[in-house]
Amino acid sequence: MTKNRDSILSVLLVSPSILAIFIFVYGFIAWSVRVSLSSWKGLTPDYTFVGLQNYLELFKDPRFHIDIRNTVIFTLVFVVGSLVLGITLAILLDQGLRGESFFRSVFLFPMAISYIVTGVVWRWLMNPAMGSRMSGLNLLFSNMGLDFLVNQWHLTPYWGIAAIGLAAIWQMSGYTMALYLAGLRGIPPELREAAQVDGASEFYIYRHIIFPLLAPITLSAMIILGHMSLKVFDLIIAVAGKQIQLDVPAIYMWQTTFDGLFFARGASIGILLLLSVAVLIIPYLRYTLRTEAEV
Amino acid sequence: MSATTTPLTNKSAGLGFPKLKFRAKHLLYLPLLLMAVFYLLPVYVMLITGFKGFEEVSLRTMWDLPSTIRFDNFVEAYKNLAPALWNSFNMVIPAALISSFLGSLNGFVLAKWKFRGADIIFPLILFGMFIPYQSILIPLVEFMRSINLYGGLPGLVLTHVIYGIPITTLTFRNYYATVPKELVEAGRMDGTGLLGSYWYILLPLSLPSFVVVIIWQFTSAWNDFLFAVVLTSPSNWPITVALNNMAGSQIIAWNVQMAGSLLAALPTLFIYIFLGRYFLRGLMAGALKG
Repeated sequence: MTKNRDSILSVLLVSPSILAIFIFVYGFIAWSVRVSLSSWKGLTPDYTFVGLQNYLELFKDPRFHIDIRNTVIFTLVFVVGSLVLGITLAILLDQGLRGESFFRSVFLFPMAISYIVTGVVWRWLMNPAMGSRMSGLNLLFSNMGLDFLVNQWHLTPYWGIAAIGLAAIWQMSGYTMALYLAGLRGIPPELREAAQVDGASEFYIYRHIIFPLLAPITLSAMIILGHMSLKVFDLIIAVAGKQIQLDVPAIYMWQTTFDGLFFARGASIGILLLLSVAVLIIPYLRYTLRTEAEV
Repeated sequence: MSATTTPLTNKSAGLGFPKLKFRAKHLLYLPLLLMAVFYLLPVYVMLITGFKGFEEVSLRTMWDLPSTIRFDNFVEAYKNLAPALWNSFNMVIPAALISSFLGSLNGFVLAKWKFRGADIIFPLILFGMFIPYQSILIPLVEFMRSINLYGGLPGLVLTHVIYGIPITTLTFRNYYATVPKELVEAGRMDGTGLLGSYWYILLPLSLPSFVVVIIWQFTSAWNDFLFAVVLTSPSNWPITVALNNMAGSQIIAWNVQMAGSLLAALPTLFIYIFLGRYFLRGLMAGALKG
């Protein structure tokens, strides 16, 4: 009897949270879809149904083309950079050197800081001014005789967004390192020792034993980082403000909705972002929860 | 077989470099130090710029150490940012506490008193932590307007509490799953009901998880920009929005911006420095594999 009462009680305990998530996540998504199918422009809501018109317009919109290009470049730079740096740092830290925890803390601390702080500081590090007004990293390169490295950073035509990717790598590569380090620590030492006894070279051990075992971590990291780059927003705003050459969908959505009052278009961008994130995250959630159930 | 070069007793955690390569191992400090410089460079610039006097600040001498330690920039930045800093504290502390508490309740039920349908509900809750918030932003603003919470801090607190539920629930559920079933069942034999087993058995064990979750929620709400910029009016701006606004203005010099950045980063940096272990655990929970 108490058991029965308790199972009702258990549902009661979680129902406020479940209700909140259903309204604020799923209800709001449905509401956004409805806005995206409407002709709402201006301050007063207007839910006149126009079908997929807003989406079709977006696909023809030159600004949205820039957004997609920038997202692709940013994602490539950010994901590849964070993975390469992350695994390198993790392998270096896994060698049992002294001071390991110090280095680990240094590599991870940017995770504690907001994209806005990172952006404001990198804005000055990546100051694109040339000549006598040169400063930041360009000045440092120039003083070190590395003039070939002096560049326009985020003002570089076409590739400017890659500079934002660099700041994002600075912020997130420590996270990738932590994921890989956890993976390396999970590999039984006997595996390595056995291979060493058989005379395998270090290179061979990494190539044929360790890297394959880390593959699932690479996949998880790619998904987590990939979905972050689809959402990139504050970092760009803090480094460069709203500039069309550094535009991404998240900024376009924000600007067109709250500055331009094109609510229907804003909602369409939001839904497209959601779909692109869902393609990555839903299989990931299914996979992770399934493997968890098997354990 | 060349096993002779590799003593099996070598206890070093890593490659177990053979003895003759011992020096090679120390060469690994070189890339590590180089990378440490890369990560600390922005901090170096923030610090030296912050401590320079106004007359000494010039973009040309950005990398030079200050000749004397001055606090002008920090004073100036604090004058600008103080209200926003307090807004942030007032918003972040309740948001972190409430969403952690809710997460603990949910985690408890989902780990120890599974109801029918829990296996469907849980992934649906989890998905909420990955969505791009642009996809719910318009309804969120409309909703906050309709309940008169638009523009102020309570609306922002509510938003952080709700969108924090997925991660807090996940962390607590994973933690409570490691608590032996027998503990809860023994309580049940003694006639302890659902609430009793939560209150007397699990909650006292939860302190470490609460630390992990609260600092995680504190950090993410403190660092949030999107919700804050959309939902609050200027007098209620938290620090991220105020700092970004300061950085975008032509009037406030870059040296003050640098000092302001440091002020904005300090609370979460302190947490990181003093409670880093817990911070890291929260970080790993976000990747789902606890």
